[in-house]
Amino acid sequence: MRRYSVFAIAREALRHHQGWGRAWRAPEPKSRYDVIIVGAGGHGLATAYYLGKNHGIRNVAILEKGWLGGGNTGRNTTIIRSNYLQDPSAALYEKARSLYESLSQELNYNIMFSPRGVMMLAQTEHEVRGYRRTARANALQGVETEFIGPQRVKELCPIMNVSGPRYPVLGALWQPRGGTARHDAVAWGYARACSDMGMDIVQKCEVTGIRTERGRVAGVETTQGAIDCDKLAIAVAGHSGRLADMAGFRLPIESVALQALVSEPIKPCMDVVVMANTVHGYMSQSDKGEMVIGGGTDGFNNYTQRGSFHHIEETVRALIETFPMISRLRMLRQWGGIVDVTGDRSPIITTTPVQNLFMNAGWGTGGFKAIPGSGWAMAELMAKGEPGPLAAAFGLDRFAEGRFIDESVAAGVAH
Amino acid sequence: MLMLECPCCGVKGEETEFTPGGEAHLKRHGPGAPDDDFEGYLFRRKNPAGVHFERWRHANGCGKWFHVARCTVTLEVFGTYPAQTTSPPADILRRIRKKRPDWEGWR
Repeated sequence: MRRYSVFAIAREALRHHQGWGRAWRAPEPKSRYDVIIVGAGGHGLATAYYLGKNHGIRNVAILEKGWLGGGNTGRNTTIIRSNYLQDPSAALYEKARSLYESLSQELNYNIMFSPRGVMMLAQTEHEVRGYRRTARANALQGVETEFIGPQRVKELCPIMNVSGPRYPVLGALWQPRGGTARHDAVAWGYARACSDMGMDIVQKCEVTGIRTERGRVAGVETTQGAIDCDKLAIAVAGHSGRLADMAGFRLPIESVALQALVSEPIKPCMDVVVMANTVHGYMSQSDKGEMVIGGGTDGFNNYTQRGSFHHIEETVRALIETFPMISRLRMLRQWGGIVDVTGDRSPIITTTPVQNLFMNAGWGTGGFKAIPGSGWAMAELMAKGEPGPLAAAFGLDRFAEGRFIDESVAAGVAH
Repeated sequence: MLMLECPCCGVKGEETEFTPGGEAHLKRHGPGAPDDDFEGYLFRRKNPAGVHFERWRHANGCGKWFHVARCTVTLEVFGTYPAQTTSPPADILRRIRKKRPDWEGWR
């Protein structure tokens, strides 16, 4: 792999940028691998990367039915934060956030991590109490957050109207080290590093069946032929249920559409991420100047990668009171992704009823922020066959045992 | 946009008039049931990519619950029918089979 650096840019500038080469190879799949990972999104690629880096497992293929990072990795609103209430979630998301801080250097690929700060607005008394509690929980967990008053909110985000009649801003949970990153670059950076370790990333290769022998995974059937493997990981977000169905079990997951939209680009006016959970809306400004807006999920099962129009309307209508300036913005694009939602709104990183088949799913509306931590925990699970400290609480067995990591109540809504 | 016809009052409306209520025809397992059955009843939904039977409520209308047979991939609605049944009616199943010949069946 050719390292990217200021010297490389100078060298290539002198020869008309003819020598850059491909960032990752496009190989034909081999007939057998030690590990196959289904899904070349952030979670799948990060799992492969840490399998190679932390555990020395490099005979790995990552199969992708579409194109690399073209699912939810390329469709989210790129928010990174770790201000969760429950200890297991805070540990996992904080691991991810801390890995994001040095990911550009580690991958030699600029993921444009911008720790600009994330604030979650408290717009009801209930939320004020909730976020004060979360701030204290975060202090015990070692996650740096603070409950701030409306004046400080206004200082940090001057375009906000903090004294709206219906949803006044009463304060906010402020995580100064949260922020955003370029979502595509996260997938591309991991892909380049995986390819460099000798792993095969096979795009346009859809898994159509999972072969098992005596309760143990043996390989997969794909649109590019059968491939054998010793261990199999599934990291396919909204389509987790379909893959589990191929392997003969059912997951406590429902697939629904989540959508986002961006405005026309405008001059810089907001240098923090703002989430308003009471009204189901969140907003940040991209480096291009677009206001990136996300809302709630549709309420019904859906595999169409597009959401209902009235949800956009509700999101924007609610945000207009808090951000009066967006009422005159034109919206440029809207898109949807299929998210896999669990009963307690926490992910599943787990062994399954099929031996050597591992599942990384259930990230629901908040998977992007977790990519490095998720890959780290999943790689450990696959290499050792049992979960390490990060993944231990996120097993499939928690639903039978009633041992939920209940972030649906903790966060109120989408996260 | 999803268009549904309420089988109770006969009004046809778009989805903002209705509230989704999840998978239909669940077999309820209560106290005394094996753990696995109870967990399945509470959490493990079918979540199919394709034909799906679900409950909806005509929230901004007559207020009644009813059932919808719908495709989760195309959002095509095969039909709606009243809630007072434990399985989809034969004419709806026939209609689905005609449009989806390789459908594996509702259970």
